[in-house]
Amino acid sequence: MNKLTISGSPHIHGDESTKKIMVGVVIALVPAMLVGVYYFGVDAIRVLLLAVIASLFFEWVIQKYFIKGTVTIMDGSALVTGILLAMNVPSNLPGWMVVVGALVAIGMAKMSFGGLGKNIFNPALVARVFLLVSFPVQMTSWPKPAPITDGLADVITGPTPLGIVKEGLGNGQTMSQLASELPSYTRDMVGNIGGSLGEVSVIAILLGGIYMLWKKIITWHIPVSILVTVGVFSGLMWGSNPEHYADPVFHLLTGGLMLGAIFMATDMVTSPMTKSGQIIFGFGVGLLTILIRLWGAYPEGVSFAILIMNAVVPLINKGFKPKRFGAKPGVPIKAKSL
Amino acid sequence: MGIFKSFVLGGVHPAENKLSANAAIEAVPVPKQVIIPLGQNLGAPSKPIVKKGDQVKTGQLIAEASGFISANIHSPVSGTVLKIDQFIDVTGYKRPCVFIHVEGDEWDESIDRTDTLESHISLSSEEIVARVKALGIVGLGGATFPTSVKLTPPQGKKAEYLIINGVECEPYLTSDHRMMLEKGREIIVGIQILMKALLVEKAIIGIENNKTDAINHLTELAKTDERIRVIALKVRYPQGGEKQLIKAALNREVPSGKLPIEVGCVVQNVSTAFAVYEAVQKNKPLFERVVTVTGKAVKKPSNFLVRIGTSTQDLIDAAAGIPESTGKVISGGPMMGKAITELDTPIVKGTSGILLMEKTESQRLVENPCIRCSRCTYACPMGLEPYLLTKAAKLGKLQVAEKEMIMDCIECGSCQYTCPSGIPLLDYLRLGKIKVGRAIRTRIKK
Repeated sequence: MNKLTISGSPHIHGDESTKKIMVGVVIALVPAMLVGVYYFGVDAIRVLLLAVIASLFFEWVIQKYFIKGTVTIMDGSALVTGILLAMNVPSNLPGWMVVVGALVAIGMAKMSFGGLGKNIFNPALVARVFLLVSFPVQMTSWPKPAPITDGLADVITGPTPLGIVKEGLGNGQTMSQLASELPSYTRDMVGNIGGSLGEVSVIAILLGGIYMLWKKIITWHIPVSILVTVGVFSGLMWGSNPEHYADPVFHLLTGGLMLGAIFMATDMVTSPMTKSGQIIFGFGVGLLTILIRLWGAYPEGVSFAILIMNAVVPLINKGFKPKRFGAKPGVPIKAKSL
Repeated sequence: MGIFKSFVLGGVHPAENKLSANAAIEAVPVPKQVIIPLGQNLGAPSKPIVKKGDQVKTGQLIAEASGFISANIHSPVSGTVLKIDQFIDVTGYKRPCVFIHVEGDEWDESIDRTDTLESHISLSSEEIVARVKALGIVGLGGATFPTSVKLTPPQGKKAEYLIINGVECEPYLTSDHRMMLEKGREIIVGIQILMKALLVEKAIIGIENNKTDAINHLTELAKTDERIRVIALKVRYPQGGEKQLIKAALNREVPSGKLPIEVGCVVQNVSTAFAVYEAVQKNKPLFERVVTVTGKAVKKPSNFLVRIGTSTQDLIDAAAGIPESTGKVISGGPMMGKAITELDTPIVKGTSGILLMEKTESQRLVENPCIRCSRCTYACPMGLEPYLLTKAAKLGKLQVAEKEMIMDCIECGSCQYTCPSGIPLLDYLRLGKIKVGRAIRTRIKK
């Protein structure tokens, strides 16, 4: 027998690792990726591959040649960022724009803050918003879903359901007049609607969400508080004037809400540390989403809402502490004054 | 699982690995030499009253308590005192120890060596406390807090419940489990003695639900005394933490920085109850205890009755030797035990187990950046934020660490166990606690 190892307790470790969490997220994203590929075809594969390869490449380049530190592209975080970036853009986005997006996500939003775990804003969403404000035309010309089984056809673009509503109501139309132009809720559920590559199918995203809950990668607090807030707030507005506001089911099923609530807002690096804080965070995301959707300039507001709430996270972490053991309910916690 | 009582906040569930659960307690032969550290209990080390060349009998007092929180030490063997010298103990530091060369095994005449169960308690409350103090009984759960101190509640405080800790939530360890199975009747008398000492009318024995045989056995034995109740607890680490156990048993929360007596409770370990029985009914000082020797590659995982001062090596030999694949030897359990540096480290009153870890599981994980996943916060049974305290301790921000209640950390290790980035959170928490504790003490002095 050779030398004994000496270290402080605990001497055993659970089977969790960063890599395992990242791989879990990737597995959870598979259904939504498959739906994207099914409806948007080869283009979807192209965007996915480009985003992933570019994200890994930029992380490698920055770590190796700029920071001159350890290269950690195998930890899976850049892979997740790449996939999420692809999920958040239209599948017909020019390739070079995807690459610019990856550079913004990895270079600006992640590495310049210090790398994994240090960033304040969700990298994929920073890239998405960067692309949206820089290339508004390309970022809002949505390809119409055409099942890959129908063979390769020319890509036709069309608006998203939220876009139809925003424009229609802006032109003075009522919801009942717009009803015929909108896809059915069944189509929203399966994903047969216009939108970003990974946001169209509610069912596929929910499957991923259930998987992540089961594997304890996320907790229910953020997604549920976002969805409840969106449902209640949009429901109140719809109740006040059903002709002028879309119903809550519509708001829940369309746009990037599901993708945002389940995959983007739950990013552990950029969300609050306590469950109470996560509920406040989710409430804020839901509220801002509907504010932007109903009264903002853009038809869609989830990305902005999440990024704004990302900025509030440090404050939430200060204000919302876990329930301390031995603190009497209602009595504010004070540092021990011995 | 939901039907069993439990603490509420945090916790983890490591693999239980109770390999020695079916190994009956076995006495190991008295060694040729014992080395008895003078600092065996929490608090001040004891003061030796023997010198080189003295003849001692088994059970004879060899070192006296040197303060309020301190304990007497009795010779575990009969023989000659060789020397009082420095020797490495479980902390890895050299500390003063009494070396005794063993000659025969002649016990002090006052000790009743028979096995008959003495269930009549003739001593008064004060006499019990005095006996427990005189015979050097300390908490055997691992913290080694002098038992007599716990039996003397501070002025104005009154105990309502005696809580007996039979949880043994540390993976691998089975010494308390075997004690409950084999010494159940003595433990019940020990509990009655403790109740008499504390003047309480209610006692609760908490046992984790992975020891159903012990739960059934003690429930059966406790039927003779309606004041004693056995409760089954959910298997969740750290169910056996003093504050967690009180929460699980009575739904009472010991306030931050306070002792269990604040909520009317005194917690004692099952093995301590047995030691109290032996001290009070048999006049036997605490000089031997049951130690689990275990590990994945250990050929004969065992529970040994062993004299204090026996070398760890002797126990490992009794369990069929050290496996080639051993990479780490731990005194105690895998969650809170201490890795020892030398195999001849002596067994002390607080040694509940010797765990031989495989080489493959001995090394720490590579430390990766914190991904702010909150798992440490979810796992903390005290409702603290280990990631934040770690950062504060690293940066030397003691005010922040104190305000965020670092002193409430019970060092259970749940945070580090669950951290996906392999960050040694508890190392930093301990560092922070030492620094903040020092700062608080200086402040009091001023």
